[in-house]
Amino acid sequence: MREPRGRGAAPLVVDNLIDDRRTRIIVCCGSGGVGKTTIAAAVGLRAAERGRRVVVLTVDPAKRLAQSMGLTSLDNTPRLVAGIRQAGPGPAGYGGHADGAGSMHAMMLDMKRTFDEIVESHADPDRAAQILANPFYQSLSSSFAGTQEYMAMEKLGQLRRADEWDLIVVDTPPSRSALDFLDAPQRLGRFLDGRLLRLLVAPARLGGRTGLKMLNVGFGIVTGAITKIIGSQLLRDVQTFVSAMDTMFGGFRERAEYTYRLLRAPGTAFLVIAAPEHDALREASYFVERLERDGMPLAGLMVNRVHRSPAARLSAARSLAAAETLQGLDDGESTALGITALRLHAELMRQAESERRLARRFTLAHPLVPVAQVPAQPDDVHDLNGLRVIGASFAPDHPPG
Amino acid sequence: MHVSVRDTDWDGVRLHVVTGKGGTGKTTVAGALALALASNGRPVLLMEVEGRQGVAQLFDVPPLPYEERRVAVAPADDGRPGGDVYALAVDPQSALIEYLEMFYNLRQAGRALTKLGMVDFATTIAPGLSDLLLTGKAAEAARRKSRGGGSGGGSGSSGGGSGSSVGGGFVYGAVVMDAPPTGRISRFLNVSSEVSGLAKVGPIRGHADTVQNVIRSPQTAVHFVTLLEEMPVQETLDGITELREVGGGGIQAGGIFVNMMRDAELADRKSAGKVTLGSKARDTHALEMALKAVGLGDDADLAADLAGELADEARTARSQRAQRGQLVAAGQPCYELPLIKDGIDLAALYKLAQALREQGAA
Repeated sequence: MREPRGRGAAPLVVDNLIDDRRTRIIVCCGSGGVGKTTIAAAVGLRAAERGRRVVVLTVDPAKRLAQSMGLTSLDNTPRLVAGIRQAGPGPAGYGGHADGAGSMHAMMLDMKRTFDEIVESHADPDRAAQILANPFYQSLSSSFAGTQEYMAMEKLGQLRRADEWDLIVVDTPPSRSALDFLDAPQRLGRFLDGRLLRLLVAPARLGGRTGLKMLNVGFGIVTGAITKIIGSQLLRDVQTFVSAMDTMFGGFRERAEYTYRLLRAPGTAFLVIAAPEHDALREASYFVERLERDGMPLAGLMVNRVHRSPAARLSAARSLAAAETLQGLDDGESTALGITALRLHAELMRQAESERRLARRFTLAHPLVPVAQVPAQPDDVHDLNGLRVIGASFAPDHPPG
Repeated sequence: MHVSVRDTDWDGVRLHVVTGKGGTGKTTVAGALALALASNGRPVLLMEVEGRQGVAQLFDVPPLPYEERRVAVAPADDGRPGGDVYALAVDPQSALIEYLEMFYNLRQAGRALTKLGMVDFATTIAPGLSDLLLTGKAAEAARRKSRGGGSGGGSGSSGGGSGSSVGGGFVYGAVVMDAPPTGRISRFLNVSSEVSGLAKVGPIRGHADTVQNVIRSPQTAVHFVTLLEEMPVQETLDGITELREVGGGGIQAGGIFVNMMRDAELADRKSAGKVTLGSKARDTHALEMALKAVGLGDDADLAADLAGELADEARTARSQRAQRGQLVAAGQPCYELPLIKDGIDLAALYKLAQALREQGAA
């Protein structure tokens, strides 16, 4: 039973996206708990088995996901995933690419390690050691708000420059707000390059400039209050850090802007992931609006864990009525099984209908955004086959929700 | 002395911290818990700390300012009128200004700091400071006494409680915090180690110690919201372990709130001993007979399709039972909340609050 399609956009066909060699980066974003990481892994696997050389960059430390890819754990280095099936000719093949050189690597972002590497590659060994030992740097690199987002984008830039892969699939950090990864890198860059940081750590240098004299008096009081709050030791650490980092300053904002431009480039595609639930779809709406406003290349929305019935021809109402009729009959075993099955079916149909209603609401607000549905699985993903089952729904002939 | 009409699992707790993995419905459960606690007749403060305005959306009110505002009234219980639920959206900047004002009389300086972007700056370069300010506000609200009702450091924000003086003179019967997600919770609450990089002595240190005493006392409990799925369950178990490992005797783990439970149709029938799933062929055959009996026998594939649905449901139920077993083994009280199919509104919140009352969570 096909629903008549309104004026809405074409459905989102993920296979077309990953088969298009011009697609070089796929960013999976969405609010927490919608299955973003799993979708990223499934997209990566599907693409690899269709002939792409893929690296999946995840920020989720889920051990289970690593295990499902046959890795004991994920770390900051891309690891080759074994068991990738090569696309070949014949009915079993995807009819994909003749070279059949598909491969998949997976890695998990270690933000401290990534930050350390930037420092090590930009400063001479002595200075690098000095920076790495600085208490302020240690807190900045391990628990700073926005560092994870900054480093995820930094890593993305590195992977892109390495040019070993022709497709990078990125899973975005589980931020407070799903938009953080767009803003945080620039915020951190602005902060590190910021005048305020320099003013605070070196207020004395301002003295000579008459225009700033007035500010400087008030500034002393303010610095005093700040010192009271955060402690003079921390302020000193910041000062040492800033002078040690002087050579790298200016670089941070530049780098953040580089990745931001990379995200806007034509080879990038954003997939917004949502669960068929009110809150997740509302977040997805915000996200889609923001991406459009920033001119980011949005590929479409993926509604994950959608329930659908193979017996959709039997409506919830008819199913319940039949269960009721059965109840009036003798209490045999097949009758009991029938009642259970019919009630369960009615519940599934209702849930599917309610999910469709929510998805329709999104489409009404964003009629031009392509939408894909990913069916719910009876239980969690444990291996590559589990990821393959999800990936099967990326095909163009997959029945619509 | 306030005499409780009925016993609940968390009678001595004044600060309820609600955490959970993203997507588990943490804010909804925090809201329902606040309503349930307010049914005891005392005002309850529901705090959010992540700047998402989730509480305002939950109660369908305009975005909350930094001010305690009444957002709902709990239903009457046992003939007593329900207490009010107040809500507050705390942000580190406002909390810092309030802190400066309360302890240093530095309101003007606070304003100047804000104008220069310094507050933002201070909370940015010292990440532990934000968390301390947020947990500090929660601890302050939980211990706040009504005027004339005892000592205690008043409040900079207006509103706040109806001035009831029972229950030891506390303004709020309880404070519920919609806290950061499970992955960050123990670091968020472990203020002591968080500020170790900050002042080693002085007022901030003193403030941190006070807050820490509240959070590590039996007056505070950390509740976990989860679904019966592997990842949120694993995070819950890890979170409970981490709380216990926090230095100085740990932080009290509270209840486990299993959210969005679907009607376990099959599970119920199975436990009643009426339905046993066999092989798919056998089930299909039995279903064919049943469908024929109600005039649905014409559709040759229907029985097989329904048998497939039954088998999937059985798989889901099996995996959920396993998850449930793991949660129970953690040794904390478990509460179950039904899935609300058509979006959360006030009526749904009341229903969830009622479920929590019936299970003794509040």
